[in-house]
Amino acid sequence: MTAIDLSSRPEFERSPEDFSNQDAVERPLPLWERAWNSTALRRTVLLVLLALAWEAYARLLANPLLLPSLTETLEAMVRDLESGLLVRRTLTSLNVLVLGYAAGLAIAAVFTTLAVSSRIGTDLLATLTAMFNPLPAIALLPLALIWFGLGVPSLVFVIIHSVLWAVALNTHTGFRTVPETLRMAGRNVGLSGVRYVALLLIPAAFPAILAGLKIGWAFAWRTLIAAELVFGASAREGGLGWHIFEARAQLETATVFGGLLVVIVIGLTVESVIFRAIEARTVNRWGMQR
Amino acid sequence: MSRTSPTCRDPERMEADAIAAARSAAAGQQAMPSPLLSARGVTLQYRTPHHIVTATWRVDFDVLPSDRFILLGPSGCGKSSLLKAVGGFLAPAEGRLTINGRPIVQPGPDRMMVFQEFEQLLPWKTVLGNVLFPMRATGRFRGREAMERARDMIARVGLAKFADAYPHMLSGGMKMRVAIARAMAMEPDILLMDEPFAALDALTRRRMQEELLGLWDQLRFTMLFVTHSIEEAILVGSRILVLSPHPGQVRAELNAEAFHHGNVDQAAFGALSKRIHRLLFEDRGTPT
Repeated sequence: MTAIDLSSRPEFERSPEDFSNQDAVERPLPLWERAWNSTALRRTVLLVLLALAWEAYARLLANPLLLPSLTETLEAMVRDLESGLLVRRTLTSLNVLVLGYAAGLAIAAVFTTLAVSSRIGTDLLATLTAMFNPLPAIALLPLALIWFGLGVPSLVFVIIHSVLWAVALNTHTGFRTVPETLRMAGRNVGLSGVRYVALLLIPAAFPAILAGLKIGWAFAWRTLIAAELVFGASAREGGLGWHIFEARAQLETATVFGGLLVVIVIGLTVESVIFRAIEARTVNRWGMQR
Repeated sequence: MSRTSPTCRDPERMEADAIAAARSAAAGQQAMPSPLLSARGVTLQYRTPHHIVTATWRVDFDVLPSDRFILLGPSGCGKSSLLKAVGGFLAPAEGRLTINGRPIVQPGPDRMMVFQEFEQLLPWKTVLGNVLFPMRATGRFRGREAMERARDMIARVGLAKFADAYPHMLSGGMKMRVAIARAMAMEPDILLMDEPFAALDALTRRRMQEELLGLWDQLRFTMLFVTHSIEEAILVGSRILVLSPHPGQVRAELNAEAFHHGNVDQAAFGALSKRIHRLLFEDRGTPT
């Protein structure tokens, strides 16, 4: 065994190859792979498969009273849409929803502002959230009926309850997790008070705020439909929940399914169109969320 | 701890005042400009849930206009706390901090700060938006003027191509450049830098030091620069304040104007480096 002289290896230098011809470095993916990378396409395929499964099973069962097929459901929906009934019902529901959601957000903003500006405010928010967040909004409906009677104010009241705590809790958590360096960067340029919250805290906590808004929206929508099922019956102009309830009473199962489909479609649209668009323009573009 | 009382005027304190007076008298002879930033007997304390910790003890220094003033010391000597106090984020328990003769009471855009962390940029704004933000938020520069200043500063730090990129798309060194551009565009009285290059890799750090010095050559701004690297202190600084460890006290003030990346290998550079090393570590039994 001979000792190897490590310094005997020759030194060398090379100049890098010319890669100005971009094709060699970058090549497009095959078409099917690019298509499969589209979330929209993958989800559409799933939806179509689900629809086919429903149609097939319903035809196999052949009992439209229990489970109408997709085509029967769509027929009932189109009928109601053409008569304008379903559109009116949907608009009634959405109108109440927007009122309740907006009021809930406004109250949540007040609570969160209190919570970030003082310790007692934080305690107030924490206590109220702990008390009321687990309370189902529907459980407040009897009380709402006593206070506000039948109609829109009662519905708005329960929607506010379902939106408020989720949004306030998430927003406050978001504010508390803003990194100290960012806070100091904001105060360094002399931001304070409302400008500090609006220009620094809100955008910095936006992922959490957005999560709160989404949860609040889902709570509000399901609370509204449930509340309408309970007492939409005597309201002058019923919403979607009442539409479903009424159809059940008349054993029009296809219409029940049609109403449910509208509820689902609206939920999907808000989630995957409106909130997706907000996410894409904000937290995704800013690199705060993938 | 009766010495922490702000009203107490013990002999040591008077001596410090006398030295400061003598120093300013000497400065007068050489027609030195009056200090931009001055610290007199600054004691800083912060609270943990169970203790009051003294970070610095009666620190005095003067920063002259266009100084590249370095606060150098081992970790725990309170150099970052001093910088935060100058920034207005931390009120001294004792002593006075003045800028242009006015006492420092709160954060303000006349003392723009560059932090060590990369997350100091606003993730929801582009490079351009980040540089514009302080100018617009303070209303100091508006509209077209703000835009021109922002573009100019971004070009000076070599990021013109990235003006519309968001911070998460940039490397650490580029984020630091944006932070420096953002601070410089405000034309602050003094630029406060809290170990700005500590989180960068060695090669990027060296390039950033050179770029910062290049920027200083063009604009001759004043900066207060915190570091724990002796080499960086000598390279970047014109004057170095050496602080002793915990609680931080002034150990020495040294000149380093003569040194730059070109003469790192000279004997004088090594001598100054050794001297600082001795000042920092001689109190301890074993140098680390």
